[in-house]
Amino acid sequence: MITFESVSKTYPGGTQALENLDLDIATGSFTVLVGPSGCGKTTSMRMINRMATPTSGRVLVNGQDVAEIRPVSLRLGIGYVLQNGGLFPHRTVIDNIATVQRLLGLDKKAARAKAYEALERVGLNASLAKRFPAQLSGGQQQRVGVARALAADPPILLMDEPFSAVDPIVREELQQEVRRLQAEIKKTIVLVTHDIDEALLLGDKIAVMAPGGTLQQYATPHEILTRPANGFVGSMVSKDRGFRALSFSTLDEFSSTALPPRGADGRISMAAVAPGWMLDLDPEARTALWINEAGTTFPAATMVRRGDSVRSALDAVLASPVSAALLLDANDVPGAYITLEDLAPHLRPSPVAGA
Amino acid sequence: MNWLLANPDRVRELTVEHLYLSIIPVVAGLIIALALGLVFGNRRRARNIITTAASAVFTIPSLALFVVLPSILGTQILDPVNVLVALSMYSAALLVRTVFDALDAVPAQVLSAAEAIGYSPARRRLLVDLPLAIAPLAAGLRVAAVTNVSLVSVGAVIGIGGLGQLFTSGYQRDYPDQILAGIIMILLLAFVLDRLIAVAGRVMTPWLHVSLKIVAPAGTEPATGNPASAASQSGGGK
Repeated sequence: MITFESVSKTYPGGTQALENLDLDIATGSFTVLVGPSGCGKTTSMRMINRMATPTSGRVLVNGQDVAEIRPVSLRLGIGYVLQNGGLFPHRTVIDNIATVQRLLGLDKKAARAKAYEALERVGLNASLAKRFPAQLSGGQQQRVGVARALAADPPILLMDEPFSAVDPIVREELQQEVRRLQAEIKKTIVLVTHDIDEALLLGDKIAVMAPGGTLQQYATPHEILTRPANGFVGSMVSKDRGFRALSFSTLDEFSSTALPPRGADGRISMAAVAPGWMLDLDPEARTALWINEAGTTFPAATMVRRGDSVRSALDAVLASPVSAALLLDANDVPGAYITLEDLAPHLRPSPVAGA
Repeated sequence: MNWLLANPDRVRELTVEHLYLSIIPVVAGLIIALALGLVFGNRRRARNIITTAASAVFTIPSLALFVVLPSILGTQILDPVNVLVALSMYSAALLVRTVFDALDAVPAQVLSAAEAIGYSPARRRLLVDLPLAIAPLAAGLRVAAVTNVSLVSVGAVIGIGGLGQLFTSGYQRDYPDQILAGIIMILLLAFVLDRLIAVAGRVMTPWLHVSLKIVAPAGTEPATGNPASAASQSGGGK
């Protein structure tokens, strides 16, 4: 549990970085601090490991005021991931990862053994271990940064704009990786970003902050999308807000149409949804092709499963050339399809839990 | 050249003397400069005082220093310690600025990362700042070493100057061949020391000399769920 108790920070000269912040971060939760530059999000996060000091108020970690803990021992118990990885250029990948354990007093061999585990956990191959950071791609460096923060198995992980320096494709990959990791390791993660989409994707809870260091809203992504507390939060999430809110309702009870039987040529006629279109289904090879009258084929790339979000189901329907998405059964075999008509009853804002 | 080839023993003796008169002060100067740099590098006032003092030291003519030092140190006028101390002072003065600059050049982001993950200030200085400063330090050390090799010969005027004694005696005896021998040997010595430091600097900074081409095959792909890479992973862990 991390608690901010009326924390303010004023820089000499009078600039207000943080104004009276009260925040409870639950153990094991993924909390994202989001806002434009100058909103105090990074300063707040750096107060957790005493890289920044409040002008007034207290920051508590598990009930203890961090001001009473020696900075070095506090920091050794908190993983820290920086933009660009913040790796040591003069150490190999494996020694970078082993750093914290070495500082904790582990001998080189034991620290490296732990480091290899961490390297694997972030999805990197051990053949990279002896390289220097300059020999890695940006995405790999960032993974090494995460591995270094995780190697000593700290209960808290702080991430300072960890994905802002990599290209969009790698960023998405890393975001998914961090989600997967968090499901596995259940750390208390605090992540700082200026990207509201990243916040909505990763956070269990999101703290939206405005310039001057004022907290605007602290809530779940769903609530932030469906019930922004004020105009500032509303304008941050305005783009595709309604569509994105569909991410939070799952498709459990809905109508669908069974696929018609195969014709003589082994193909399934989709005339019911799109005249002239056929479906070529190969359950063995797990491939499905839409075929139009001219014989042109379109792979059915996205299919729907029971329990998917309404958003991804809608996306699958819209992406299909016949405006129908194949529905996978419990054995992952397409047995039916859904159309816009099937989804229509679900295309309404879902109520906020507890509201 | 004739004198050089005809007197190998004398040349060897003077070269060894010259070598230790040049190397000991550089090492001593480096230690002093590093200590000053690591301790005072972050304190602006102390830094200003040190750099000003260093410039002042460097303006003292070497011959004057050789002559004045005995009365300060209580040594004999012909004691090699005088030369060693004087040259150590020059080396330290020359190197301290290099040390400050080299430490300043370490990327701030790396230092901030070190602090954030739990380095104490002293540990960080030694294990992060210092190694990352090696390359510019080696460059400065090469200048100091070569400067020293040439300064040692001035000591010959007071009778302690290694190969410099070939200059004084060659001049007194009007024997240019001996002077030429001194010049050749000093140049050779300076060149060898310079190369040695350059090579040592390279060896100590392997991360600056790796191929930056990102070679794809065995590592760029996430290893999860791939039996082939999982196998290579356990192998690489040894």
